[in-house]
Amino acid sequence: MALTMDKEAIATGSNRRAFGRDIIAIAIILALAAIGYLLFPDNLALLTRLIAIALLVLSLDLVTGYCGVATLGHAALFGAGAYAAGIASAHYGINDPLLMTLVGIAAGAVAGLICGIVILRAHGLPQLVLSIALIYLFHEFANKASSWTGGSDGLSGISTDPLFGLFEFDLYGHTAYFYGVALLLIVLILLRFLVRSPFGMLCRGIRQDPLRIRAMGVSPKVTLIKMYVISGAVAGVGGALNAISTQVVGLDSLSFTQSAEALVMLVLGGTGSLFGALAGTLVFMLFEDYVSAANPFHWLTIVGLLLILVVLFAPKGIYGTTAAYLARRREARS
Amino acid sequence: MQTVFSIAVDALAYGMVLFVISIGLSVTMGLMRVVNLAHGAFAMIGGYIASYAARDLGLGYAAAILLAVVGTVIISIPIERLLYRRIYGAPELTQVLMTIGITFCIIGIANYVFGPTLKTIPLPNELQGSVDLGFRTIGTHRIFAIVCGLIVALALWFTIEKTSFGVKLRASVDNASMAAALGVRTEIVYAVSFAVAVGLAAFGGVVGAELLPVEPYYALRYMVTFLVVVSVGGAGSIGGALLACLILGGIDTTGRYLMPEYGEFFFYLAVIAIVCVFPRGLAGRTK
Repeated sequence: MALTMDKEAIATGSNRRAFGRDIIAIAIILALAAIGYLLFPDNLALLTRLIAIALLVLSLDLVTGYCGVATLGHAALFGAGAYAAGIASAHYGINDPLLMTLVGIAAGAVAGLICGIVILRAHGLPQLVLSIALIYLFHEFANKASSWTGGSDGLSGISTDPLFGLFEFDLYGHTAYFYGVALLLIVLILLRFLVRSPFGMLCRGIRQDPLRIRAMGVSPKVTLIKMYVISGAVAGVGGALNAISTQVVGLDSLSFTQSAEALVMLVLGGTGSLFGALAGTLVFMLFEDYVSAANPFHWLTIVGLLLILVVLFAPKGIYGTTAAYLARRREARS
Repeated sequence: MQTVFSIAVDALAYGMVLFVISIGLSVTMGLMRVVNLAHGAFAMIGGYIASYAARDLGLGYAAAILLAVVGTVIISIPIERLLYRRIYGAPELTQVLMTIGITFCIIGIANYVFGPTLKTIPLPNELQGSVDLGFRTIGTHRIFAIVCGLIVALALWFTIEKTSFGVKLRASVDNASMAAALGVRTEIVYAVSFAVAVGLAAFGGVVGAELLPVEPYYALRYMVTFLVVVSVGGAGSIGGALLACLILGGIDTTGRYLMPEYGEFFFYLAVIAIVCVFPRGLAGRTK
């Protein structure tokens, strides 16, 4: 009895500490957003794109980091959200940004359902190949259905009404940036609840030992498909944000390259943690902006080297390695 | 009839080139269980070396091929020693990331050294014209590619089925630790098959340069194609890889001839269908 009491006390204690950490993390993100706004007032478009990609990487983290599904086709969900939000505005006159975001979420979730059902049919290499084939299929489909998507010219003609009827989406991207920061914070808080929930724990359990989870009476596949749908909704938010802020959707949002880059960002930051996904996106996108402006091939070499180094020396990524280092120091001190 | 015939010849040539490049990947994947996305990068290195040898050094076609194969194998040895060794037996995600990293590095370095332009490998006169079969003419180069593919398939089949090295190779594929316990030097088997795989990739890259042009993003563009072929065929199986190359080459070429506006839609649709029905590939063994 005393033992269980102890455990409960420890559990609530660690919960409180985790909660405190979340507050700090949100404060850090808000501070970074403010710094970004003050330092790069002319480059808010880049920062908004960074937020959209961060949402994609978060969504990839849900299936790869938490569920252990290896996929190289995650941009399919992002692109589905972007195209759905864009088509809603360009062809159906739904110009309200909140409604467009909702359309993006719904389309992302549907794409997540389709991808989940197909990708989860296999494991290992075939799974990877299925995810690659899917992203190319989506890409070719969007290219072919050019009366809807604009094909290789990209989908244009998106116009957005002022947010809440008050804030115009201006040329400098102020509104889009603040809207993006708000979306990112909301998604992040919801996901923190999700990954700590029994459902989130179940997904981690499936990653570690699917056989045992099945013996407990849970179907791993159904659980993973649910997670895929949630992940699709998150990626859909990112896609819709991208469509709203740039007012154009290109085929590159549905490309293999985009998927592979998202995976690289996630691994750079650290899989299996939401803040790792954010850190990876931030580092990757800012570096890319500086280096690839100089020479795209140098950029490729540097990314390749970084990947090799991370795989060899820091398999937990930037965030995971730093967190482990800090934890060790704290232990050494106490 | 004319169309059917030219589709068949092009599909056969394309499938054979795919086969020559990806059979090495299939063998190493079956043997070492490494998801190697950098395989196309070795084919690209081969193409670059051959192009450099033929155009800048003025060597003949055969010498260029030889130089490309040897050069690529030499380049690959330190990469295998320093990088691949560490990811044998690692989770797929790790292997994918490491080999994507290697691919990016090779693309970046190759373009820094050779410049970002399309590399052509001039064909000798004997391969340039076309052969009159009496009722149809076929490009000589197509025939050359098909014959190369057949020779590679036969040579590999002979090596793996009929020689003592083949016996050791098959034993290591089936159960590496048991083979090692019985006195097979598995690390030598690994090293030799890796070198052969890379050499074949370089060879295929040069021979297939007419069908898969050698350009800066070659390694990225065809990375997926090679991986798909191996996965559809079943890793480690020559017959499976040959069948997969012919089927996928046929579907891709037919799609390009008859419905070019759909691009690779049918190719990937077929891939999804086949992988869903045969998760271990057409000739994959159940474990």
